[in-house]
Amino acid sequence: MLTKRVIPCLDVRDGRVVKGVNFVGLRDAGDPIELAAAYDRSGADEVVFLDITATSDNRATTIDLAGRAARDLRIPYTVGGGFRDVKGMRAMVAAGADKVSVNSAAVRDPELITRAATAFGSQAVVVAIDAKRVGPEGFRGDGSDLGAAAIMEKLRYAEHQDAPDDQDDKADAPDDDPVVGNHFNGDLRGPDRWEVYLAGGRVPTGIDAVAWAEEAARRGAGEILLTSMDRDGTKEGFDLALTRAVARAVPIPVIASGGVGTLEHFAEGVIDGEADAVLAASVFHFGTYTIRQVKEYMASQGIPVRLDF
Amino acid sequence: MGFDPTIVVIDYHKGNLSSVERGLAAVGARVLVSDDPEKIKGAAGLVLPGVGSFGDAMSFMRKSGQADAVREAIDAGVPFLGICLGLQLLFERGSERTVNASSAIARTLVEQPLTAWVEGLGVFPGECTRLVSTRLKVPHVGWNQVDFTERGSSCALLEGVANGANFYYTHSYAVETADDDIVMARTHYVRSFPAVVACGNVYGCQFHPEKSSATGLTILRNFAEIVETECIVRASLDEVRA
Repeated sequence: MLTKRVIPCLDVRDGRVVKGVNFVGLRDAGDPIELAAAYDRSGADEVVFLDITATSDNRATTIDLAGRAARDLRIPYTVGGGFRDVKGMRAMVAAGADKVSVNSAAVRDPELITRAATAFGSQAVVVAIDAKRVGPEGFRGDGSDLGAAAIMEKLRYAEHQDAPDDQDDKADAPDDDPVVGNHFNGDLRGPDRWEVYLAGGRVPTGIDAVAWAEEAARRGAGEILLTSMDRDGTKEGFDLALTRAVARAVPIPVIASGGVGTLEHFAEGVIDGEADAVLAASVFHFGTYTIRQVKEYMASQGIPVRLDF
Repeated sequence: MGFDPTIVVIDYHKGNLSSVERGLAAVGARVLVSDDPEKIKGAAGLVLPGVGSFGDAMSFMRKSGQADAVREAIDAGVPFLGICLGLQLLFERGSERTVNASSAIARTLVEQPLTAWVEGLGVFPGECTRLVSTRLKVPHVGWNQVDFTERGSSCALLEGVANGANFYYTHSYAVETADDDIVMARTHYVRSFPAVVACGNVYGCQFHPEKSSATGLTILRNFAEIVETECIVRASLDEVRA
C-alpha cells in the first residue's frame, strides 16, 4: 500500500538553515544538506527546502544547494520559494531538484503551472497554497494587487462560489476508507471557505483556496503543498477541514502543513484531513519528536508508513 | 589484464543524472555519465535512468544512435539496469498519451481510446500504459512495497532486500507483460504492475533506487556487484583464450 509521507521542511536563507535547530550529532547544524541527510537517516520520506533568500543575487547559493542535495541526499527533495518563471525553475531542476514548488508566481500567472508541467513533467511541479479561513466579513482581497491574469481568475472563482450550495449533502456521504484516504469525491466545500494569501500571509487575493487547488491540478500541478496560515506556528494542529476540502477536490496528492504540535496532529492530518503527506518544521528541528516517533505513532493509528529504514 | 569495470549511465539529455551517478559511486562503482554510443557499447555495465517521457526518450535515443548501442551491448551480455522510464523503454511499446479517464472528454471517448503507440527497445515483450483511476491519485508518488514473485526471492538484484521493502516511486505509467518469468517483484497501485523485472543480464526497476535511501543503495550495490562479477568472468575467459 502506498505509504503516507512524513516530510521535514527546512527554511534556508543564503544557503544556511534559519530558525534554531536542535539536532544531535551534527557537525554543522546550519548546513541544510547535512541536516537533510540526518533526516534521511532518521526516516524522512522526503525533504522540502524553502528558500527565503531575500535578494535574487543570492539565488545562486540556492542553486548550488540543490546541486549538493542531488549528490548527497538519497531521498527526494523539493525546492520552493521565490520562483518567478520557468527559467528559474529550470535552473533548479537542472541542478537536480526532484520537484520545484511555486506559490505567488502561479497565482499571478496560472499558465506558469502548465508551462512548468510541460517542461519538467507534473511530478516535478508542486503548487504551494497559503490559505486563511474566511471570516464573516468575507474575502479580504479583491485581486487589485495582482496581475491582470489573476484578476480574471478571481472573477471566475467568484462565479464558482455563487453556485448553488448543494454540496453539503456530499459531506455526509459514507466514507469508504478514510485511512487509505486516496480518494476524492469531487467538490466538497460545505459552509467553509478559505482565501489564498501571498507574501507569507500578508496579501489577500480574493481567491478561493479550494477552487485554486482544483485549477492548479487542472493546469498540471503534480502535488499541492497546503499551508494553513491560521495554524502555522500555533502548534494547534492542521486545519483539518481545509485539508480535507482540498484533498477531496483534487486528483493529485496533498501535503498538509501548518500547525503541528503533537503526535496526534500528524495522524489527524491523514485520517481526518485525508492528506497524502504531512509536513512539519519546528517539532523536528527542536527535537520534540523524531521522525521514527511520528511514524510509529501513525502506524499505531492504522496509517501505512515506511518504517524499514 | 582485467576489464575496465566502468558503469556508463546513459545520458539522453532529459535531466539531471547526478543522483544515479552519486548513488553508484557511493557503493564503490566506477561511473561515467555519457551520451556517446561508443562509450555505451564499450561499457562494463549500463544504467538507463528515468527522466522525461517515453516518446521523447526513444526519439532521442534513436536519433543519437544510443538505441542501437544499447541493443548491441545487451545482446553482447553487458549487465543493464533500467530505472523507472529506463525499465519501461525495455518493452515493445509505450502509449504516449491516453486521455485521462476522469476527464469528461475521456468518458465520451472510452469506447475508442485515443492511444498513440511509440516503439520501445523491444528487449522484453509487453507494453507501457498509463495508470488510470478515478479513485486513486495519479501519478503514483511516494514509498510503496515490493511483493516478490517466486523467482524474485533468488534474483541477484534483490539480494539482501526484504520482501515487502519500501521504495520510492514517481510515475504515471507502468508496464504490462504476458511473460511472468521476467517479473521478480510486483507493486500494487491502481493495478498490480511489475516493479522489478530481470532476464539474463537485463534488469529493471520501476522505483528509483537512487531516491530510496539505504534500501535503494542495496539495489545499486547488487547491480555494481553483478557488473564486477561479469568483468571477472570476462577477464578470466580472455586469459584462458590467451
